[in-house]
Amino acid sequence: MQGDPNPLKYTDIHNDVVASIVETGSNYYVALATALALTLICFFFPWFYQLYYGIGAAGMNHPGVWGTYLASFIFWIGLSHSGTLLSCVLHITNSSWRKAMYRSAEAMTLFSLVVAAMMVMVHVGRPWFIHWTLPYPNQMEMWPNFRSPLLFDVMAITTYITGSTVFIYMGSIPDFAAVRDRTRGWRNTMYSLLSLGWRGTDREWHRLHWAYTFLAVLIIPLAVSVHSIVSWDFAMSIVPALHQTIFAPYFVVGAIYSGTAGIVTVMFVLRKFMDFGEYITELHFDNLGKLLLVLSLLWSYINIVEIFTGFYSGASGETEALRYRLFGFYAPLYWEMITFCAVLPLLCAFKRFRTSFVPMLYLSIAINIGMYTERFLIVATSLSRQYLPDAWGLYVPSAVEISILVGTLALFTTLFLLFVKIFPSVSMYEVKETMDTPKKIPAAASGGSLA
Amino acid sequence: MSFLDRIAEGWRKNRKPGYYENFDYHWTMTIDLDQCSGCGACVTACQAENNLPIVGEKAFAKGREVKWLRMEHYWEGEYPDVKLNIIPMLCQHCDNAPCETVCPVSATYHNQDGLNTQIYNRCIGTRSCAVYCPYEVRYFNYNDHTWDSPLDQQLNPDVSVREKGVMEKCTFCIQRVRQAKDTAKDDGRRRVRDGEVQPACVQTCPSQAMAFGDRNDPESNVSQTLAGPRAYRVLDELNTKSSVVYLKKVETEA
Repeated sequence: MQGDPNPLKYTDIHNDVVASIVETGSNYYVALATALALTLICFFFPWFYQLYYGIGAAGMNHPGVWGTYLASFIFWIGLSHSGTLLSCVLHITNSSWRKAMYRSAEAMTLFSLVVAAMMVMVHVGRPWFIHWTLPYPNQMEMWPNFRSPLLFDVMAITTYITGSTVFIYMGSIPDFAAVRDRTRGWRNTMYSLLSLGWRGTDREWHRLHWAYTFLAVLIIPLAVSVHSIVSWDFAMSIVPALHQTIFAPYFVVGAIYSGTAGIVTVMFVLRKFMDFGEYITELHFDNLGKLLLVLSLLWSYINIVEIFTGFYSGASGETEALRYRLFGFYAPLYWEMITFCAVLPLLCAFKRFRTSFVPMLYLSIAINIGMYTERFLIVATSLSRQYLPDAWGLYVPSAVEISILVGTLALFTTLFLLFVKIFPSVSMYEVKETMDTPKKIPAAASGGSLA
Repeated sequence: MSFLDRIAEGWRKNRKPGYYENFDYHWTMTIDLDQCSGCGACVTACQAENNLPIVGEKAFAKGREVKWLRMEHYWEGEYPDVKLNIIPMLCQHCDNAPCETVCPVSATYHNQDGLNTQIYNRCIGTRSCAVYCPYEVRYFNYNDHTWDSPLDQQLNPDVSVREKGVMEKCTFCIQRVRQAKDTAKDDGRRRVRDGEVQPACVQTCPSQAMAFGDRNDPESNVSQTLAGPRAYRVLDELNTKSSVVYLKKVETEA
């Protein structure tokens, strides 16, 4: 933005971002209504039916007791990763290009986690007792089982949700104040409450920066641990092809990979439909493209390692599970995953590809389809081929499961659509930090929250 | 001795381990594959004793039948030189049970009799135990099951009927074990006698291929069999320390 012949002014930023909150076109309502209706029809109705009927509404069976619900759970946890994690890493490394995109990335984290938590509820047989997984004092004098990787999971995810919520909220306080100063009526009341009386004094900025950096440092190991722990749900079993030490880094890399791709998708949408073209530029796509390339290479490497260990073990269970994954019933999905996640992203080696928006959008969607497939395959192929051949089986998702899968996308979209009307989806004060200081402060921008 | 060491020692002395070093009983089943004819009477007996649901044709086709004890069939060779190997597969009541560590709510645990138990009303249905079990002997209730009249009259009152969303598996007929222990106590004996308690499958086996007893008692029938050369455990290499011991079939030269 620096050296631009027609530079953005502080006022423009405020006006653009506040406009994105208060001025709502009919398109937005159509989009929100569609997303909400899809959420109800595709997510909640089938889920309620499943609650009434039992998990039998899904396609799971005797060896394949886990299915797309768990795959979706891992997928959404994974998608949550890049948001806050990327934002934290870039904050600590002082990468200024982060500033325009991190708010939406963090929102993505938060909503992905919410959807993932919903998937747990959908997955378990008796979700009305899900609170038993929490360690709370109770009349039964029962604790949860602290040896269980699933309990680690509950702990990790609740911590991660809490941390991410605090992180995104704290980073938004100055922007809430800015919006507060430009709105009237109920919005003013709401933003007054949300901004916690922010006045923009030096001391407040200092404290904010300190706390923000502290949280950023705190969240990085947390984010890494969350997906490692999710991987232990699988790796701590003795199921062939799941019982692997590579799983924790595999899941973390996969999570950051799909999350980065998710950010590309979301940024494209924001740029296209929210008029953030001046803030989200080719530079961001270029940088994220480089990141995607590195991550795809890492991911491919881990996949090669996984195949090699399976092959090298020589154990009949491992080799059979591997053979089944590569050439069995689910093999087309496997090779689709390899194409989408290992081959196509190599295009990011070219700068021309990275800086073109539409191809990057397609790539990011392809990567996430591939990553969903990966999670599905981890669950489905491993469970279909376990130790006793008599108990081998086949799992195919039912209509209810596919509907709920679509429904989660709609649920995520609904949450995100609500977010862009409540949160300033571009961090105003941090974008301003990247700009030239104005020579003379214009009257319109000299509100209480002058940053 | 430092203060911390004293606390540690006191803790070690007083804590009740979640995993018992020595069980009161160590119930064990032996299955002699040489005597097993694969008739499937044990499967039926289990069905009757433990209120197993009859899931119906559709659910069966989906692979959702509930059989705490199932007959595994392994065919060897090409027609006409085929050989059928049969092995009854049920919960192995592993001392190192993978299913027990994974349950987030401790719905499955090891009790003082060395049994791997399943608490139906604690289960939240994550189904992770079924994934972790290498023997694939845990069965999930995908929906509520019904018994048409008069079948509902033959439900065993000592065994609960499981609702949708919970996991279930072989209990070594824990209701019979409990009853035997109660009887022993009422008779003023400290221990259950060998052979006093039999799970339904053992009781019904026409060729007496199955035997049930206490491994802690060196005089018991199963303890004697365990020492024999034919005894082996399925998937022993996984170190599950299972409590079901199979006796290898004796191959006869034709």
